[in-house]
Amino acid sequence: MSTQLIARLIDATAGSIEANAELLTQLDQAIGDGDHGLNMKRGFAAIRAARDELSALRLPEALNKAGMLLVTKVGGASGPLYGSLLLAMGKAGAALESNRAGAVSMLSEGVAAVKKRGKSEVGEKTMLEVLVPVLGALRQGVEGGEATAALLERIKRTAREGLEASKPLRATKGRASFLGERSIGHLDPGAQSSCLLVHAVCDVFMAEAA
Amino acid sequence: MSENVAIVIVSHSLDVARGTADMVRQMVGDEVRVGFCGGNPDGGLGTSMPDIKRCIESVYGPGGVAVLVDLGGAETNSEMAVEALPEEWQSNVVICNAPIVEGSVMAATEAAGGSDLAQVRATAEELSP
Repeated sequence: MSTQLIARLIDATAGSIEANAELLTQLDQAIGDGDHGLNMKRGFAAIRAARDELSALRLPEALNKAGMLLVTKVGGASGPLYGSLLLAMGKAGAALESNRAGAVSMLSEGVAAVKKRGKSEVGEKTMLEVLVPVLGALRQGVEGGEATAALLERIKRTAREGLEASKPLRATKGRASFLGERSIGHLDPGAQSSCLLVHAVCDVFMAEAA
Repeated sequence: MSENVAIVIVSHSLDVARGTADMVRQMVGDEVRVGFCGGNPDGGLGTSMPDIKRCIESVYGPGGVAVLVDLGGAETNSEMAVEALPEEWQSNVVICNAPIVEGSVMAATEAAGGSDLAQVRATAEELSP
């Protein structure tokens, strides 16, 4: 895992969140409290500010540190949720080899931590609508020996489909659950930010593999 | 008195948290230690895990701490804050599933009578829909 890779991952994810903060805010204004864009931007700005320090670490430690930054800087529910994702991935990664099988185990632990923190499962109109199918696609591709470029493309597609699938769902978790039936027909802001992050990470690995 | 359960109020709005703490103090006096915090790390609406942790630490005693929260992020941030406390404290700090204002007042009233943490929590949570 090159130090450059960590810097690229930070640039790509923080850049995507920043560029799409307004979109996240608009989605959250429709079914939440409208702070998702600003909160995510604040969290990823903190990660970007720590870019040099994080780039000098091994990936698991960098994930751990970035997770703590999200937990302490975001200010909304997305901080502990994305923070738990990165913390769990970092914790799992410390004991794993940095290869494709390791990536499956890390994301698996990360998604489990999000479920636990949010007391949520897929189907409740949350970021899990994206993360759970993405984990499935990653696992399937790695176990099936799929070529990395094709796998990354499929993961991106899966993330997009997961995001779209959040639209007809009725929210039963988080602020959007207060809206009940009225949450139906809107994309979930958390699913949208997860989709952006998955795409940003996949694009970095694609460039790396090319 | 130092054995009484302490109360921590966590709102997205510092004004709501402070106002709720004022109501608690007016109703139950100084029998119960009350901490409050609110606002995101930039001072806007939201909650801050480090603030919540500091707030719990500032009132923590052997009787334990009941935490009252308003909306989703306040709860998840409070959970993270509890997990960041010393391990021997963690089982002695509970997040109550109760409305923040009424729950705080009821929890503090129960705590002022010397009830234990489980009873304080149960009284606050009776208010949940």
